[in-house]
Amino acid sequence: MSRATREAYRDTLLPLLARHPELICLDSDTGLFSADHAAAAGEQYLNLGIAEHNLMGMAAGLAACGRVPFVNTMAAFAASRALEAIKIDIAYNRLPVRIMATHGGLAAGHLGPTHQALEDLAVLRVLPGMTVVVPADAAATEAFVEQSLNLPGPLYVRLGRKPSPPLPAGPPPVIGRAQTLRQGGDVVLAACGPYPVLACLAAADALAGHGVEATVLNLHTLRPFDTDTLVAAARPAPLVVTVEEHWRGGGLGGAVAEALAEAAPTRVLRIGVPDRFVDTVGNQEHLVDHYDLTAERVVRTVRTALDTAALSGTTI
Amino acid sequence: MTATQAQAQGTLEAVAARIRSHVVDMCAGPEGGHLGGAFSCADVLTALYFSVLNVDPERPDDPDRDRFLLSKGHAAVGLYATLAERGFFPVAELASYGRPGSRLMGHPVRAVPGVEMPTGSLGHGLALACGFALANRYAGRDARSFVLLGDGELQEGSVWEAAIAAASLRLDRLVAVVDRNGLQLTGATERIAPMEPLADRWRSFGWAVRDVDGHDPAALADHLSAAPWEPGRPSVLITRTVKGQGLPFLAGRAASHYVTLSERNHARAMAALRPKDTDG
Repeated sequence: MSRATREAYRDTLLPLLARHPELICLDSDTGLFSADHAAAAGEQYLNLGIAEHNLMGMAAGLAACGRVPFVNTMAAFAASRALEAIKIDIAYNRLPVRIMATHGGLAAGHLGPTHQALEDLAVLRVLPGMTVVVPADAAATEAFVEQSLNLPGPLYVRLGRKPSPPLPAGPPPVIGRAQTLRQGGDVVLAACGPYPVLACLAAADALAGHGVEATVLNLHTLRPFDTDTLVAAARPAPLVVTVEEHWRGGGLGGAVAEALAEAAPTRVLRIGVPDRFVDTVGNQEHLVDHYDLTAERVVRTVRTALDTAALSGTTI
Repeated sequence: MTATQAQAQGTLEAVAARIRSHVVDMCAGPEGGHLGGAFSCADVLTALYFSVLNVDPERPDDPDRDRFLLSKGHAAVGLYATLAERGFFPVAELASYGRPGSRLMGHPVRAVPGVEMPTGSLGHGLALACGFALANRYAGRDARSFVLLGDGELQEGSVWEAAIAAASLRLDRLVAVVDRNGLQLTGATERIAPMEPLADRWRSFGWAVRDVDGHDPAALADHLSAAPWEPGRPSVLITRTVKGQGLPFLAGRAASHYVTLSERNHARAMAALRPKDTDG
């Protein structure tokens, strides 16, 4: 059943608050938590208003005194407006602040470029000690929120806005461990986030129909990056294709290219949002299509890059 | 060493003079330092560490301690001198300031005993201190949280985000001090970004405000010890200070902001700091 990752986060956190008095939820007027939710959380929920730098600073101060804050904001505001407070107050001090960033990637839909977050993975994943995860569905979100209780340092979680489909059953999502959703020796398709991972799975199905076997990796954790799994998958394959809702630079594709350049040079083709600001109105699905972050694009990319002769005569 | 014992080492004025002389020595080192702003807040730092704060250098992480943040982190030399005088680390270590391998960086870092959080990028301290105050309230601790802000720093919008939050949350165990020396790197704050009437501004944000002479450590200690001044409101002490206070050739001049003292000026500065009376 389709479910929004941000709602999965909220619904997982609320019962955890009751069991873990050190947890505290700091909101920046995002509207994710209703008055009823807030009342149920008591003093463990605070709406600090529309002030993201202060949100991160207060979270750091609380964490320095033994609390474990979950802070709610939109990814666009966490990754740019509040970035310095995240860098200096949270990451520098290695404090266990959980940055729960909604509207990641193109999820803000028609709200436009001010609300899209297409740089967040690039800027967050370079911060020393920062764990960066992109759950691909509600179940993974629940798992990551629960696993965060054992994480001593800071965490950035990129969430969506509207309901997104669940992934098919696969290995359990664990922070720091890539999920191999499908195995094949001809090409590696690697993605993070709901739509890109589903696009890769659909592309792998299409390619298999034409004799090209793809490994599909859900690289939900960009830091610490599971280089071992990526390298093992890429070793037999001449090509890795990455897909993400992010500008092409610095995000998942960047992480994959960096890791493979150092460990096992392999051709990497990066599919992402083109190097421009969102220029059309549309919901997330429309924008994903508009920027061609689709299964068809993945298939085309693979066909063009591999020996197309091997696929000649096929229709995809 | 308790605060009482520390105070017994001399009057607060004498402590402040020693702090300033350490700052002068550090600013005569290879990298120089932010002398002007360290001198303007030296009396506040003295009052805090030698009369007001409940801290123990033997137990710097005591959860019940009062917490202090130097939000104007560039005045690190003043904080280092104060922490060393208070016994957090040996005074002799101050000589390493600015030298390769030293932990005494140009802005405070956690590696220095007594430093709560690294600071230096302006506009961070008040939000952090709000976090301290809120955590203490939740934990039922009586401890107070203090933060020292520069007046140029008040140009950062994040200060006012935190000021709004502190008042909204009624954090009355939070005490801010503004070092109102009127100067920033390139000149007068009032020329660059007018901030007066400063007390009214803070008051309008819901804070209890006092506006006082910033060079009378005993009086500063009295004000700071008495906070909260109004129940339910955070307190801000606006201290009217002089950048480079006590050095005739630098006092009140923006040029005192960052200096590397030559041998000659080092000697001039030390002479200026020497007590004038010789009857003791």
